[in-house]
Amino acid sequence: MVSTVEAVMEKTEQHLKLDIRDLSIYYADTPALENVTLDIREHEIFGIIGPANAGKTSFLKAINRMDMFTSNMRVKGDIHFNGFDIRKTRNIYALRKRIGVVFPLPVGLPLTIYENVALAPRLSGIRNKAELDVIVERCLIRAALWDEVKDRLDSLGSLLSGGQQQRLTIARALSQEPEVLMLDEFSIAVDSVTTMRIEDVLKELKAEMTIILVTNLVQQARRLADRTAFFLEGKCVEIGDTEDLFIGNVKEQSTRDYIEGKFG
Amino acid sequence: MFETSELNNRNRTKQKLFQLLFMMMTLLLITPVLIILTTLIYKGGSIISVDFLFTFPTDGMTAGGIFPALFGTVWLVAVALLVSVPIGVAAAIYLSEYAPENWLTRIINLAIINLAGVPSIVHALFGVGAFVIFFKFGTSILAASLTLAIMTLPVVIVASRESLQAVPKAFREACWNMGATRWQTIRRVVLPNAVSGILTGVILEVSRTTGETAPIMFTGAAFFLPYLPQGVFDQTMALSLHLFVVSTQVPGVPEELPYGVALVLIAMVLLMNSISIAFRMYLRGKKKW
Repeated sequence: MVSTVEAVMEKTEQHLKLDIRDLSIYYADTPALENVTLDIREHEIFGIIGPANAGKTSFLKAINRMDMFTSNMRVKGDIHFNGFDIRKTRNIYALRKRIGVVFPLPVGLPLTIYENVALAPRLSGIRNKAELDVIVERCLIRAALWDEVKDRLDSLGSLLSGGQQQRLTIARALSQEPEVLMLDEFSIAVDSVTTMRIEDVLKELKAEMTIILVTNLVQQARRLADRTAFFLEGKCVEIGDTEDLFIGNVKEQSTRDYIEGKFG
Repeated sequence: MFETSELNNRNRTKQKLFQLLFMMMTLLLITPVLIILTTLIYKGGSIISVDFLFTFPTDGMTAGGIFPALFGTVWLVAVALLVSVPIGVAAAIYLSEYAPENWLTRIINLAIINLAGVPSIVHALFGVGAFVIFFKFGTSILAASLTLAIMTLPVVIVASRESLQAVPKAFREACWNMGATRWQTIRRVVLPNAVSGILTGVILEVSRTTGETAPIMFTGAAFFLPYLPQGVFDQTMALSLHLFVVSTQVPGVPEELPYGVALVLIAMVLLMNSISIAFRMYLRGKKKW
């Protein structure tokens, strides 16, 4: 009996990267997200779609414990990462290191391009120049930026164009070697050709990490996500296999309307 | 289509009038500066020489140079900086990067504002009570410099905090999201981009400290000393107090002497200010984001 329970637990832990139960988020007393329960499996791309103010970004912030930076943000409920309760861990730095984040607006740090990407490895103690060189090159190639910047790695990352900065941000997120990569509407400041290149990269990265893709482009979710959740006005309306949702196999009318572009 | 109406004309006249008015006010503002400078140069310029800067006063301060005063001022300012810059920058980092938004932080901010508003003579008397008497430093460079340091602390804190705050929050969040601690974030990203602004604040502090008279006259500056201070526990002469003394306290001083002293004092302050302005302009050209 005991062994069965353990076996089941082991199995769940293997498959669940994030286990979220009854997650509610408030700004002061205004709820941004209420009673969201969902799980995110290892090596999947989990899409989250929904109009503005649906609580998508707040959801990501809670996973990364970014509520600590926002003075009036409160989070209730349980989030387990690899089976550990993230609200109980003292070492939030280790947690954040395992979760890479890319926000809608690119942030090129006022360091050189090289240092932007080498920063996270340096923070975790890597000093060997050759080792850093390898990481920087690999991450920039993956973020589809290497060819454009390989000859000027010493120029400032914050002076790149918006689209380049966003790819630099992605490269930086990858340099942490995260287990989970969270992307929040990453393609807003990126042209469509680059977007497609990054999407291809994400498909490859799936083999190594779990990806949470918040997007306002439903078609992007369709192209990339294995499963998709639809958030609306602070509630998680529906979760399902992406293909199911897009062929109309939905439980809620609002999901169908949003996917078909009737609102949002 | 573009004919001017009566109303258009009236508005344009008014607009011209106000522009002129504001410009006049601005010009009014720079006239005292010009008058002071030209007067000082005209009346005191003739006395300035290498000898004047590097010899002792003679004949009961009615002749000779100003070396001990110049030397003392440099000492006072240097020791004051040594104290106020580390404390001020540390406080600014705490307030900008660590302090939570609570009643304690609000009280600290209020204290800084009030500290900046305390008249210098009150600082002087505080310095006498605290450093000269209580800590038994006596009237000395140390006591005077500490008084100056406390007085100029708000300048350093406010300038440093503002340049720290000018670094966008997104940079910090990007670092925190990588798992960087607050200190790693400050060291790697925030401070390197704020250091120039902090330096500008420090230079401005120097220029302000140089001219202060009241805080030092009871705590460490001497009327006249025939020798240079040997350490921080000695008294010293100072340029600002020396100006006061030769202009009002000593009979028979030739007219150009106080003007010369004032010219040296103001030149030091202007030099500091110009360095700070040049520095800021240099940095503006090197904007990093």
